[in-house]
Amino acid sequence: MKPTYEQSAAAKLAHDIRESAEKFDGVRRFMEVCGTHTMAIHSSGIRSLLPENIALVSGPGCPVCVTEKSFIDEAVLMARGYDAALATFGDLIRVPGAMGSLASHRAEGGDVRVIYSPADSLAIAAQIAPKPLIFLGVGFETTTPTIAATVKIAKEQSINNFFVLTAFKTIHPALKALAGKSDLHGFLLPGHVSAILGVTCYDYLVTDFHKPGVVVGFEALDILLAVKNLSDMVVSDDPRIINGYKTVVREEGNPTARALVDEVFRPTDAAWRGLGVIPKSGLGFTELYRAFDARERFPVTPPESKDDPRCRCAAIITGSKTPDTCALFGKECTPEEPVGPCMVSSEGTCAAYYKYGAL
Amino acid sequence: MAGNSKTVTLGHGGGGKLTNRLLRDAILPKLDRGKLAAMPDSVILTGLGDAIAYTTDSYIVSPIFFPGGDIGSLAVHGTCNDLACSGARPLFLSLGLILEEGLTMDDLDRIISSLAAAADEAGVQVVTGDTKVAPKGSVDKIFINTSGIGRVEAVPPPTLDRIRPDDVVIVSGPIGNHGMAVMLSRAEFSFEFDLKSDSACIWPLVERLLPLGSRLRFLRDPTRGGLSAVLNEIASAVNVGVTVEENAVPVDASVVAASEILGIDPLPTANEGKLVIVVEKGSEEDALDLLKDCDLARGAAVIGRITTEHVGKVVMRTSVGGSRVIPEPSGELLPRIC
Amino acid sequence: MCLAVPMQLTEIVREGYGRVDTGGIHSDVNLMMTPHAEVGDYLIIHAGFSIEVLNLDEANIRLDLFREIAAVTADLEDI
Repeated sequence: MKPTYEQSAAAKLAHDIRESAEKFDGVRRFMEVCGTHTMAIHSSGIRSLLPENIALVSGPGCPVCVTEKSFIDEAVLMARGYDAALATFGDLIRVPGAMGSLASHRAEGGDVRVIYSPADSLAIAAQIAPKPLIFLGVGFETTTPTIAATVKIAKEQSINNFFVLTAFKTIHPALKALAGKSDLHGFLLPGHVSAILGVTCYDYLVTDFHKPGVVVGFEALDILLAVKNLSDMVVSDDPRIINGYKTVVREEGNPTARALVDEVFRPTDAAWRGLGVIPKSGLGFTELYRAFDARERFPVTPPESKDDPRCRCAAIITGSKTPDTCALFGKECTPEEPVGPCMVSSEGTCAAYYKYGAL
Repeated sequence: MAGNSKTVTLGHGGGGKLTNRLLRDAILPKLDRGKLAAMPDSVILTGLGDAIAYTTDSYIVSPIFFPGGDIGSLAVHGTCNDLACSGARPLFLSLGLILEEGLTMDDLDRIISSLAAAADEAGVQVVTGDTKVAPKGSVDKIFINTSGIGRVEAVPPPTLDRIRPDDVVIVSGPIGNHGMAVMLSRAEFSFEFDLKSDSACIWPLVERLLPLGSRLRFLRDPTRGGLSAVLNEIASAVNVGVTVEENAVPVDASVVAASEILGIDPLPTANEGKLVIVVEKGSEEDALDLLKDCDLARGAAVIGRITTEHVGKVVMRTSVGGSRVIPEPSGELLPRIC
Repeated sequence: MCLAVPMQLTEIVREGYGRVDTGGIHSDVNLMMTPHAEVGDYLIIHAGFSIEVLNLDEANIRLDLFREIAAVTADLEDI
C-alpha cells in the first residue's frame, strides 16, 4: 500500500525526533498535561514511533482522575437524602466512591441522566420539576464556561430546581506544582483549555522554571511536531512557549468565555487526587449565583474516604510512576473493577495502559 | 386493536379472554404464514435436512424505535444473522414477547408490523410464540426473545477453529452505524442526523460466499462490542494474532463525525447488518467479487490478516504508521467530554 | 482534558444560538462565547457550546506544512 501523506509526514517527523534525541544523554520526559492527548497518543500509536530516550508521561488533565472519591459520595447522598435526580457527563458514571458509583446508584433505582451538553440538563430539570436536578460539575477551563453559561441561563429563565455540585479545577496551579519537578523536561500544553486561556499565560514555565511548552492540537501529526519542537528546544537549551494549535488557539484566548466564568464562579481551594489541596485551584459560586450551589442547598456529610493505600494513582497523575509499577494494576484494578480513578476514566493513564498496553 | 384498550394491561397477560384477544387482534394476523394461527402447544417442522443451526437471543434496546429500525426488526435480524454466521439459511423463528403494562397498542402494532416485514424479507417464518405482560416498571416497554432454526448450507460450516495464519480478514461494509444511530437517538441528546442503523439480515451475503467452500474459514456478525470484540475473539480463541490496517477499515463520514462528537470509538461500536469474514490467503479477491453489486456489502474491504506474531492480541497499524493494540471492549459505551 | 470538534455554522436559529453540522449530524449550539461567529464559519464545539471560531488560514498553513514535510520523506533512505 502506498503511504498516505500522513504516514510520510509522520515518518519524517519521527526521523527528525530521533536525530534530535541523539543529541542528549539520558532520557527526556515530556508531560502531556491533557487526558485527551493521552488518549490521542495511545490511539494513534505515537509511542511506537518515538526513540527510547524520549518518554511521554501523562499529567493531571483528566478531570475524573483528579476528582476526590468523596465527590461521588456527596452526589449519591444528595440524591438519596433529598430525592434529587443527577445529571452527569458519561465520564463519571463508573467512578467508584466509598459508597458505590453513579452506575450502582442508578442500578438501585436512582435517577441518573447521562447528558452530552450541560444545556440539555435544563430541559431535564424543566421536565422533572419540582424534583431537584443536580449537575455534577467537573472539568477544566474548557468545560467551566459551558457550565457557567448554563447557570446563567437557568437564572435568566428562573429555573429553580437546577443545581451544580462543583469539583472544577484550574490548570495553572497544578502545572506550577509540576513544573518544578526535575524529571520533567517539557510540556505538551492542552489545546482546548488554551483556546480559552490563550498562550502567554504559560510564560512562567520559561521564566520561572526554564522549561519549554507547546500548545498542541489533537491530531497525531500535531503531537509529533510538538514533541520534535520540545526535543529541539531541550537540545538548544532555548525554552519557549510555542503555539502549535493556531488553527484554534488565539494568543489572548477567549476573553468572552473567561468573563462568563468570572461572573458565575470564583477561585476556591481544591483537593486534587494525587496532588492534595492546591490553593485557588478550584471554582465555587460567586455571591450572585449562590442559589445554584448544590452544597449549600443540600448539605450532606460524605464518609471519610480512604484510598486503598496500595493505589499509586497519586504518583501516576504527577508522572513520577508508570502504571505497571503499581501492585494493583491489571490484577485487582481493571477497567471493569477499578480501584483508582486513573483506571476508571477512559483517558486515565492506567486505563490507557491497560487497554493499549505495551506491545 | 385488542378490544378497546389503547394500552397493554396486566389483564392481557392473564391467559384468558383478553390474552386471546390481544393475540388474535394485534399479533397473529400480522405474523401468521400458515403455522402460527393454530397456536399448537408446539410446532412440527419438516424439510430441515441433516444439519440444522439453532440459536437464541434476547433484545433490549432503548429507544425501541431508532433511525433505520426498531426492536421488532432487530429481533429478526439479530437471530437470523447468528444463524447465517454458522452458514445456515434462516427458516424458522420463535417469538417471545415480554410487554410492559402501559405499552401503547400503537407502539405494539408498529413493532409487530416491522417484525413481520423483516421476517418476510429475510425469508423466515415465525412459527411459535409466547406473550407475557409484566407490571409497569419491571420491563422497559418491551423485551423480545427470538430463537431461530436454519438449514446449514455451508460446506464445511465456517468455524473459529478453521482459521489459520496468513488468512485474510474482510469486513462487509462500514462499521459502527447501528450503535452510533442508537446512541444519537437517546432522549437526553438533541441531535438531528441522517445516520441510520445498518440493521439487516445478512444471509444474502453468506449465500453469495458459499462457492468459496473450504476457503471460507469463519464468519461473525460484529454486534455488541463491534469489530473490536470479534477480532479479539479470534485472537484469543485460536492462538494467533490479528493485524489490522486502520486506513483500510471502512467507516462512514457520519459515523466518524458522531464518534468525534461523543468521544466513542467506532471499533467497539455495535453493528446489526455487517459481517466479519475470514478467508484463506489468496481468496480475498474472489470473496470481494462474490459480494460485488450487493447493497448489503457496500464498502466491503480487506482490513487485516491473521498472523503468528503477537499471539492473543489484535494490533492495528494506525493512520500515521504507529502501532497499537485494539483492546477487548469493556462495559457500556458512554459519551464523554474528555 | 476536553474533547471538542469543529462543526460548520449553517444557520443562526435565534439570538445566541446556531445550527452546526458535521458529517450530516446537526445540532443547535450556544454561541454565547463566540458572538462574532458567522454563518459558514467552522466552530469548535465542546459539550454543546461553541468555544472558538476555527481559523481557516491557519488550518491551511498547517496542512501545507505537513504536506511539505511528507514530500521530503521520499529523499530519506533510513525510513
